[in-house]
Amino acid sequence: MLKKLAIGAAFALALAPVASHAAGGSGHVEDFQFSFEGPFGAYDPNQLQRGLQIYTEVCAACHGLKLIPIRTLSDEGGPALPADQVRAYAADNFSVYDAELDEDRPAKPVDHFPENTAAGAPDLSLMAKARAGFHGPYGSGMNQLFKGMGGAEYIASLLDGYTGEEKEEAGTIFYENVAFPGGWISMAPPLFDEQVEFADGHENTVRAMSQDVAAFLMWTAEPKMMDRKKAGFVGVLLLTILSVLLYLTNKQLWAPHKNKKTS
Amino acid sequence: MSGIPHDHYEPKTGAEKWLHSRLPIVGLIYDTIMIPTPKNLNWWWIWGIVLAFCLVLQIVTGIVLVMHYTPHVDLAFASVEHIMRNVNGGHMIRYIHMNGASLFFVAVYIHIFRGLFYGSYKAPREITWIIGMIIYLLMMATGFMGYVLPWGQMSFWGATVITGLFGAIPFIGEGLQTFLLGGPAVDNATLNRFFSLHYLLPFVIAALVIVHIWAFHTTGNNNPTGVDVRKTSKEDAEKDTLPFWPYFVIKDFLGLAVVLVVFWAIVGFMPNYLGHPDNYIEANPLVTPAHIVPEWYFLPFYAILRAFTSEVWVVQIASFVTGGIIDAKFFGVLAMFGAIAVMALVPWLDTSRVRSGRYRPMFKWWFYLLIFDFFALMWLGAMPAEEPYASLSLIASAYWFGYFLVILPLLGVIEKPLAEPNTIEEDFDAHYVKKSGEATPAE
Repeated sequence: MLKKLAIGAAFALALAPVASHAAGGSGHVEDFQFSFEGPFGAYDPNQLQRGLQIYTEVCAACHGLKLIPIRTLSDEGGPALPADQVRAYAADNFSVYDAELDEDRPAKPVDHFPENTAAGAPDLSLMAKARAGFHGPYGSGMNQLFKGMGGAEYIASLLDGYTGEEKEEAGTIFYENVAFPGGWISMAPPLFDEQVEFADGHENTVRAMSQDVAAFLMWTAEPKMMDRKKAGFVGVLLLTILSVLLYLTNKQLWAPHKNKKTS
Repeated sequence: MSGIPHDHYEPKTGAEKWLHSRLPIVGLIYDTIMIPTPKNLNWWWIWGIVLAFCLVLQIVTGIVLVMHYTPHVDLAFASVEHIMRNVNGGHMIRYIHMNGASLFFVAVYIHIFRGLFYGSYKAPREITWIIGMIIYLLMMATGFMGYVLPWGQMSFWGATVITGLFGAIPFIGEGLQTFLLGGPAVDNATLNRFFSLHYLLPFVIAALVIVHIWAFHTTGNNNPTGVDVRKTSKEDAEKDTLPFWPYFVIKDFLGLAVVLVVFWAIVGFMPNYLGHPDNYIEANPLVTPAHIVPEWYFLPFYAILRAFTSEVWVVQIASFVTGGIIDAKFFGVLAMFGAIAVMALVPWLDTSRVRSGRYRPMFKWWFYLLIFDFFALMWLGAMPAEEPYASLSLIASAYWFGYFLVILPLLGVIEKPLAEPNTIEEDFDAHYVKKSGEATPAE
């Protein structure tokens, strides 16, 4: 009977997420393997630090991260940079307007990454959750159930998806991209091989850097992922124990009544 | 409270008597939790407790969220991210609240379809059913307004589309829509009133839940056989029932715990699975999303809304007869609310004297088809408005209305029901006969 119940619930849930279908067109999104996927997945702090470096040296020219406090770069389960490095990073890279001083000053860890709307580029704080790489099939939500939502995969596929073709339309240059819905994007290819030098000499091809920055943006969108999964495990474990105890209690409670003969 | 004869609370000590003669609250609680409950209830009867749990869960998490949320078009989106990043445990509270809405609707749909199968809506439980339908409507209103609060793209455009439905009502529509929005378009005034109502309605729901429970405690629970508990004497009633505490409380908690394992796994490992990515983009009145899709729990009715286009002959006839007052858009709105109205009127549409679908050989298959139809509509509601989905939506919508308006009234006349058991006890014992002194495994 419990099985029937579980099947009922699973069935309802399996068919439910059709709502997640249909987030604009269908580019080709590659199913990259990220370290943070699945219930056991965790962020790789080294990869997040590389992604931060790529963001700072390349993406930050046009894109902001206005929802992200710089101090969170030192968070456990995130890039986990030492506090003094975060202080230096903030001061070296960004300046913010201080209303008390009525002038710009070097950023401190308490500040957020600056907003950047100069080139009309979208803010990247939540980009990895605002895009879904996988859909369907047929609106069933099955692909997202097995592959995940695919936001980070979408970003990596997009950065690695330029074909080199371009066209001009009404004074704007569009670049062909296999991952972008519609196939033509107005963002010029931002990355090229060996553009960013990593201190540890890590691979810096476009493909490798695309994944690093996608992982970093997954962290900016979901900084508490590790805490959440931990809470998930503890909760599932405790509730399973509770279920077993209740099952035994219930069985014993009902036993005298279930064995009564028809009188 | 119950019409089933049973023991009532007797104050014994002086203090108990003192209180009881002034406020018989202990007696009320005693009668409520010791209510004789048909002992053959199966696992489909646990969802009431799940629903009660959901209501409390949503209110408690919601109250905490309100402490950190800012209902202003410029600040709402950022304040939700503030909850996700800076508030202690905020990301869990928000994800629980977000997915709690989905659990709430999973539970209410199973609860409703359980009632539809076992004939829980039939006399004398019509009031319980109607109150339940009102609760369901309020849940939809609450869920919809809650989805607007994060002020993402789907929040904004969902609000625009749904309030636009009211604009389709002839003559008063435009004024009504402006009244609902607090202006000509979805804006700060809309966000504020939705926030206010999103906080208010759950308490209205809580009050109606008490009335809902009061009503079915007066008539007694239905049960899988649909046969009434014997009320001839206390002894007879005790053969058919067991007290709610502890038998059903423990059983329901077991069901709830298993459901929560699944719920918690979703919150912990895939909290955004049931949401829409576009709602992580801040609302922008200048950019319309490619597809505006409501939350999954509205999809069946959204499909019915969209099914009736101006190419459908029923719509054309309605438009012709009313001289154009009922156009395709208004017809769709009527169909959507009508789909819920026919469900609310089912106590009077079902003509069969037999309550439980178990003893209705023809009804069963039409009912299973209705379940299939419901999921088909849910799927179609998420699909783009183009062929073949448009035609399929129309067929599925037609079946929804056909089931309630044609099939149920006719079945009562043409169907030959199977023999029902004489008593609940008979049905229960048929499941659990003693086999040579050895315990039968629990079902």
